[in-house]
Amino acid sequence: MSDSNPIADLRALEEEAMAEVRMAHDREALEKVRVTYLGRSDGRLSGILRGLADLPAEQRPEVGQCANQVKAKVSEALELRQMALSVPSGESEVDLTMPGRSRWRGGLHPITQAVDEIWHIFRDLGFARARGPEADTVWYNFEALNTPLDHPAADEQDTLYLVDSVLLRSHTSPVQMRTMEANEPPIRIIAPGWVYRRDTYDATHTPAFMQIEGLVIDEGVTFIDFKATLAEFARRYWGPDTQIRFRPSYFPFTEPSAEVDVKRVITRPDGTQYETEWLEIMGSGMVDPNVIANAGYDPERYTGWAFGMGPGRIAMLKHGVQDLRTFFENDVRFLAQFSR
Amino acid sequence: MNVSTQWLIDLVPGLAAKPEDMSEHLALRGAPVEGITSPGKDLGDIIIGRVVRARKHPNADRLRVCEVDNGSEVVQVVCGAPVVKDGACYPLAPVGAILPGDFKIKKSKIRGEVSQGMLCSAKELGLGDDHSGIMELVGDLTPGKSFVDSVGLSDTTLDVEVTANRGDLLSHIGIARELAAAGEGRIELPEIPAAHDLVPEYQTGASEVEQSGFSVRIEDESLCHRYLGAVIRGVKVAPSPAWLQARLRGAGARPVNNVVDATNYVLLELGQPLHAFDLSQLGGESIVVRRAQREENQFVTLDGETRVIDTDTLMICDEEAPVALAGVMGGNNSEVSDDTVDVLLECALFERKGIRATRRKLGMSTDASYRYERGVDPEGLRRAMERCVQVILTTAGGELDGPILDCNPVPFDSIVVELRLSRIEKLLGIRFEADYVEELIGPLGFTVESEMDEVLRIRVPGFRSYDVTREVDLIEEVARTHGFDKFPETLGPQRASSVSDHPLFQLEDRLRAALVGHGLFETQTPAFCRAGEGDVEVLNPLTTVEPFLRSSLMPALLRRVEYNLARGNRDVRLFELGTSFRKRGSGEPPLEVPHVAVILTGRREPPHWSLADEQFSMWDLKALFADIVDRVYGDDEVTIELVGEASPDLLDDRCCVSVCTSSGDVVGYGGRIAAEVYDVPVWAGDVWSFELGLPPHPSKATEVVATPLPQFPASERDLALLLPGTVTSAETSESIRRSAGPDLESLEIFDLYIGDGIPAGVRSVAFRLRFRSATKTLKDKQVDKNMRTVLKRLEEDLGVRVRD
Repeated sequence: MSDSNPIADLRALEEEAMAEVRMAHDREALEKVRVTYLGRSDGRLSGILRGLADLPAEQRPEVGQCANQVKAKVSEALELRQMALSVPSGESEVDLTMPGRSRWRGGLHPITQAVDEIWHIFRDLGFARARGPEADTVWYNFEALNTPLDHPAADEQDTLYLVDSVLLRSHTSPVQMRTMEANEPPIRIIAPGWVYRRDTYDATHTPAFMQIEGLVIDEGVTFIDFKATLAEFARRYWGPDTQIRFRPSYFPFTEPSAEVDVKRVITRPDGTQYETEWLEIMGSGMVDPNVIANAGYDPERYTGWAFGMGPGRIAMLKHGVQDLRTFFENDVRFLAQFSR
Repeated sequence: MNVSTQWLIDLVPGLAAKPEDMSEHLALRGAPVEGITSPGKDLGDIIIGRVVRARKHPNADRLRVCEVDNGSEVVQVVCGAPVVKDGACYPLAPVGAILPGDFKIKKSKIRGEVSQGMLCSAKELGLGDDHSGIMELVGDLTPGKSFVDSVGLSDTTLDVEVTANRGDLLSHIGIARELAAAGEGRIELPEIPAAHDLVPEYQTGASEVEQSGFSVRIEDESLCHRYLGAVIRGVKVAPSPAWLQARLRGAGARPVNNVVDATNYVLLELGQPLHAFDLSQLGGESIVVRRAQREENQFVTLDGETRVIDTDTLMICDEEAPVALAGVMGGNNSEVSDDTVDVLLECALFERKGIRATRRKLGMSTDASYRYERGVDPEGLRRAMERCVQVILTTAGGELDGPILDCNPVPFDSIVVELRLSRIEKLLGIRFEADYVEELIGPLGFTVESEMDEVLRIRVPGFRSYDVTREVDLIEEVARTHGFDKFPETLGPQRASSVSDHPLFQLEDRLRAALVGHGLFETQTPAFCRAGEGDVEVLNPLTTVEPFLRSSLMPALLRRVEYNLARGNRDVRLFELGTSFRKRGSGEPPLEVPHVAVILTGRREPPHWSLADEQFSMWDLKALFADIVDRVYGDDEVTIELVGEASPDLLDDRCCVSVCTSSGDVVGYGGRIAAEVYDVPVWAGDVWSFELGLPPHPSKATEVVATPLPQFPASERDLALLLPGTVTSAETSESIRRSAGPDLESLEIFDLYIGDGIPAGVRSVAFRLRFRSATKTLKDKQVDKNMRTVLKRLEEDLGVRVRD
């Protein structure tokens, strides 16, 4: 072996052996590879190791070390391949059809998921989240919002009071005024939060529920911006085929006021489609100039629009939940259905 | 508001008649229709039958055999009703008729007597719940004629939702106006069948009017702006004619008698409440409109209820005493009865807020008060009065005695509002020309008085004087009549918001993600709680069960655990983010603190064949608590301490820790729920919970500065230490950290042993110390030296020694 390079031979052998290990598709073939290379009596590597004695003394340590490295590497590859080939079968020691070891899976409340989904769309449209107290004053909840207490409109939200002039907010609209007071235009916010009404529990009412307020205030904001943004939201939330209808309505703090309805196209599992009825999804409108003035802005200069919607109702519509109370029972079997 | 489509068609000749179309139009005008009903839809086979003679069934005590005139012949019908009157008319389902519910009438024999049809009760016809007897029909009826046509059930009723600002829509004429403006119709009041022409005269005055001995006096003109009174003598009270009954039924009202029906007719048609008094029951021939006097503290309304009134309550009185709650309900002392001959008819304009205050105080709402609160047409009183007089004279007879008294201390002035075309464009985003504006709102009753420099001066009709007082109100009318759907939906450029996303929302997002990652489910529970779970009380709770606002989320979570365990859900891991309320000074809003709370029970991991089930323990809770505390207060030097007896009520004194910030505030508690505070099945394990207050305005977390990864190897040393009962692992760890020198990289506890081989009351705790230098490979000698120092300090300071 005087003109040969034993190190290079070893490397070539390693490469060959590794390729054969990869190509061995059953345990029998793998055993053959093992015998070919590492077999005690006539394995190729064993042969090289035996030939060490013939090498010049100065080469021996280096070649020996290299041979041992190759042996270790090939042995490891054989072992790993051996494990990989331990396919589930009657004869196998490991039955991989046995269940794996998992961790508990949790999940967000379905109403939080609705709020988040709505928030993410508005975030993409340039909105930030704002908040305000749940117990607020008559001023912020009614009067600042152009709703005198002696007007029948104040009845529609039968209100829970804490003391004379302090109440549990009956809608998230007080956040409009608080946000305007604390900031300067341009304002583009949504405000998710709890609101309270003097309602008994039934399939569609609970005395406390989530609402999401929205407010845009700037110069040059028009009814067209209002319609365009909410229609964009509705299509992103309910799907591009959704029809959107703006219907005149009345809220003391917006003028003009509109209810927004959507009509969805739903695809059945068999691929056929049907249209839903018009579903009422939010109240909205151009912010009343009195509200803008109450915030200390000049209503001749600034205009804006606002909306309020109930993520609980939206979650009911979206998930086919028949009874709003189900959301507050918090049965883990129900919550787990939304854990995806 | 129940609206008769027939009535609308009569008011707007040429109106597209399909109820579905009306409904669509109204929805797009802001008055959505909640329901469309046609009570007569399935009753086409029913005819009018007149009972000629009824006799007892020869073979059954409870049955009657009736000879019934069906228009073409007299047939025999067996009937089970307790009362059948000879000569009276009833709905007759002849042989072959099909009743609601697909019930076919056949010729039959009942106990030996032939029965050719059925006399029906209201319930059988789907017209009400009354099945106590067959439905006696009154009025001018012809046997054999269609029942539906004869009693006016061919109408279709729309249930229109009217918003609080639109009192004018609480009448058929108001609804008609919206429909007429939508189409091209005109409004005409339908003719009263067989009516006489009425040429009324009026006697007018400011706060007092009198004629031929009868007077009207308004003493409180702030609450009553106008009062019209008409005296009609010689009426004959009887059931109304069929057309009037049909009208009322079509609008969802119940016919009473011709006088009361006339007032209801005008109320429903024009939205003006009227009231008829029995003149003979009034003390003295005069009406005084005044507030109740102190001694008049009770009043019996015509529904028989005794109402408690006060000196703010506006009353209609005769010379002696109150006879009606003004604008709300008449008194039973002056109600029109079958014997009434002379009638005083009231048509008044009461101030909205006064009526609202009264009816709220009394906790009642009537058709009249509902309309007064929302505003009745101040220009429509005379028309309403004349219409009502005409209906009464036509249906009940009698004569108008003298001119109608019109007492009007506060005359109505219609208002003119300026509308800038530039402002319309600024708000709505598109240009509207003056002519088009007029075209849009003219049909609604608005009059453009003048136009100069693109400013329109618009006169508002009385019936809209409540909700249209400003330019923006007119702009809404323009937008609404133009049609919201006609505005483009082009998303224009927007300026970025000046408001940043609130940091508490962002903290909550992070906590939610972390807790879900730990395998917990988020819950939502309302903030109401029982006494003892909060100190902020709701003044007017709907139920007395939970009249407080919670100061802690834990009780609600515990109840959710009980709920789940009761339903067999053994593994319950819940968390909630919510507000805690605490009382502050009197009259002040409560303090609101955002909280996060967690509750755990059941197995700590999903069951697996390779493992024995293990229940949640204090160690799971403590680690989770520490993790959440770190996410919230990571920048602060918080400490988690044992609490003992100061633990919150729900937690077990023996197993409770608290979290304290560096400023000394206790912001949270956690531990085992005390066994006595909850009710769970016997198989349930321990319940673990913690609750943590969050900063209302979390400051931005300090930015992470990356530490270079170590370049030199570490040396580890394990120490098994014997801790006397009085020494805690925390104290031991603290001592080690202080004495091990700056190269101590980490310290962990990896074993605990109590038992054979060590003295009683002593714990063997195994610590692993890892030393590493940032600048060199540590020599064993150096590490050994550090270890000697550690052991010395442990022994001297804490009496802790190495286990041999």
